[in-house]
Amino acid sequence: MNVYAIRAIYAFEMARAFRSFGQSLISPVLSTSLYFVVFGAAIGGRIDEVEGVSYGAFIVPGLIMMMVLTQSVSNGSFGIYFPRFMGTIYELLSAPVSYVEAVIGYVGAAATKSIIIGVIILATAGLFVPLEIAHPLWMVAFLVLASVTFSLLGFIVGIWAESFEQLGFIPTLVVMPLAFLGGTFYSVDMLPGAWQTVVLFNPVVYLVSGFRWSFYGVADVSLGASLGVIGLFLAVALALVWWIFRTGYRLKA
Amino acid sequence: MTATDHPPKLGPQRGAARRGDAAADKAPALSARGVSKTYASGLVALEGIDLDIQRGEIFALLGPNGAGKTTLINIVCGLVNKSSGTVRAAGHDIVAEYRAARSLIGLVPQELTTDAFETVLATVNYSRGLFGLPKNRAHIEKVLRDLALWDRRGSRLRSLSGGMKRRVMIAKALSHEPSILFLDEPTAGVDVELRRDMWQLVRRLRESGVTIILTTHYIEEAEEMADRVGVISKGRLVVVDEKTELMRKLGRKQLSVQLETPITAIPRVLEGHGLELGEGGRSVHYVYEAAQDSHSIDSLLRDLGAAGLRVRDIETRQSTLEEIFVSLVKEET
Repeated sequence: MNVYAIRAIYAFEMARAFRSFGQSLISPVLSTSLYFVVFGAAIGGRIDEVEGVSYGAFIVPGLIMMMVLTQSVSNGSFGIYFPRFMGTIYELLSAPVSYVEAVIGYVGAAATKSIIIGVIILATAGLFVPLEIAHPLWMVAFLVLASVTFSLLGFIVGIWAESFEQLGFIPTLVVMPLAFLGGTFYSVDMLPGAWQTVVLFNPVVYLVSGFRWSFYGVADVSLGASLGVIGLFLAVALALVWWIFRTGYRLKA
Repeated sequence: MTATDHPPKLGPQRGAARRGDAAADKAPALSARGVSKTYASGLVALEGIDLDIQRGEIFALLGPNGAGKTTLINIVCGLVNKSSGTVRAAGHDIVAEYRAARSLIGLVPQELTTDAFETVLATVNYSRGLFGLPKNRAHIEKVLRDLALWDRRGSRLRSLSGGMKRRVMIAKALSHEPSILFLDEPTAGVDVELRRDMWQLVRRLRESGVTIILTTHYIEEAEEMADRVGVISKGRLVVVDEKTELMRKLGRKQLSVQLETPITAIPRVLEGHGLELGEGGRSVHYVYEAAQDSHSIDSLLRDLGAAGLRVRDIETRQSTLEEIFVSLVKEET
């Protein structure tokens, strides 16, 4: 295991993030605050409680998850797309680094950034609503799993993309809608009958449900289903990354 | 052989010594057998390349644009997958033993690609880490000083001139103390002064035992630097030879003497000069080595006078490496 290489990639990526740390934090904190003002206060004022939790508190886990997912995909994709775009990827390809080490470095750094952002949003939310966390260890586990899985998805997008337009395509057209329809702002049984079945095909529903359960002990789907879907998602992403490096897809001619 | 036999510095044995691999110690720096590459587009970039590069030599790969020079380098360095054949670096297969092979190799690619927002020091330290080595301030300082970059170590790469960026890329390649260094068009777009500095650096590296493989299309550069030259054209190695051998061909000059009155045979007085009679007996041609002193010309001219031949005009021409190169490349088409 080339530990020095993992450390070099990780430190390089984190340094890049910290250079623009203000920017990468301000935007999620600001948008979360806006969600609280609009959904929590303006609309939440008209909704009493959802499953025994005040609406303002109910949306906190979903908001964190939504931000973590979108941040993970964009961090993960940018980290590997940028060296491809600049041409500096030559160095990684010519170094004695296995793909496992490269993935640990890049995806590890992207996931770390997402986790930091998730924690900061949690702290921001604490300013608006009283929070309780019923299962802190599960909360951390869901946060880490979601960050890693979606950073890995971002990594795949970053290798697939051949232009900045394509780089923005998946986060905007796939991840954002899935996150919005992932049960952040509502409980699944608040939806009309048929939609309750449709949303079960959205993997984000399982993430948000599991994450919310770790806070309030209430869930839309069972804990096992949540873990199963994340695990499946992770396995598919890992298989894709393995295939990419085995074939040299978009990396080697 | 133990690691203590070889201090951990620039040197051809370093990688093998680090692994205590006796067989790898004797293998050529680079050995390619039947290497071919056909790109997905159907373009055949390389066909059956067989090449051995010895340890500690400076080898120049010459060839026109698109001949396959960069493809060959990129295959060795892991940027391009070969279609067939095998390549070994100091005895290590570049695919099966990629870690051992790549840790010996430093690459300076043709294009100036740098992380614009990083500092010189950060980007060079990063390279060393990627190649699996712990931080070594003394080595990095030495490399940066050698390349006249130490004073700019804190500068962001985007603020550097093109020549400096080129040197940063060399520093990155030297950061992990490679024993084989690839320089792909190292002096393309580099001014004369910097080119001379670069040549000096390459010589110093060779003295410390590093094998250097460079591509260039400045033939002058190959003349100046290389121990051996390989000419590549349309994906094939046309010739591989010692530079001095090629220089001998290069150094060949021809003196043509136009005569006032045609002759039918070379006069006896001139037989010792090995002259050739030109068409219609109107001229004689004398081929000689450029490096040779000029006495032979002097005596030839005297003997021409002694033979009673009146000279109308004199013309000399030199066959350049460029001509040899062009003729080699043309033969291929």
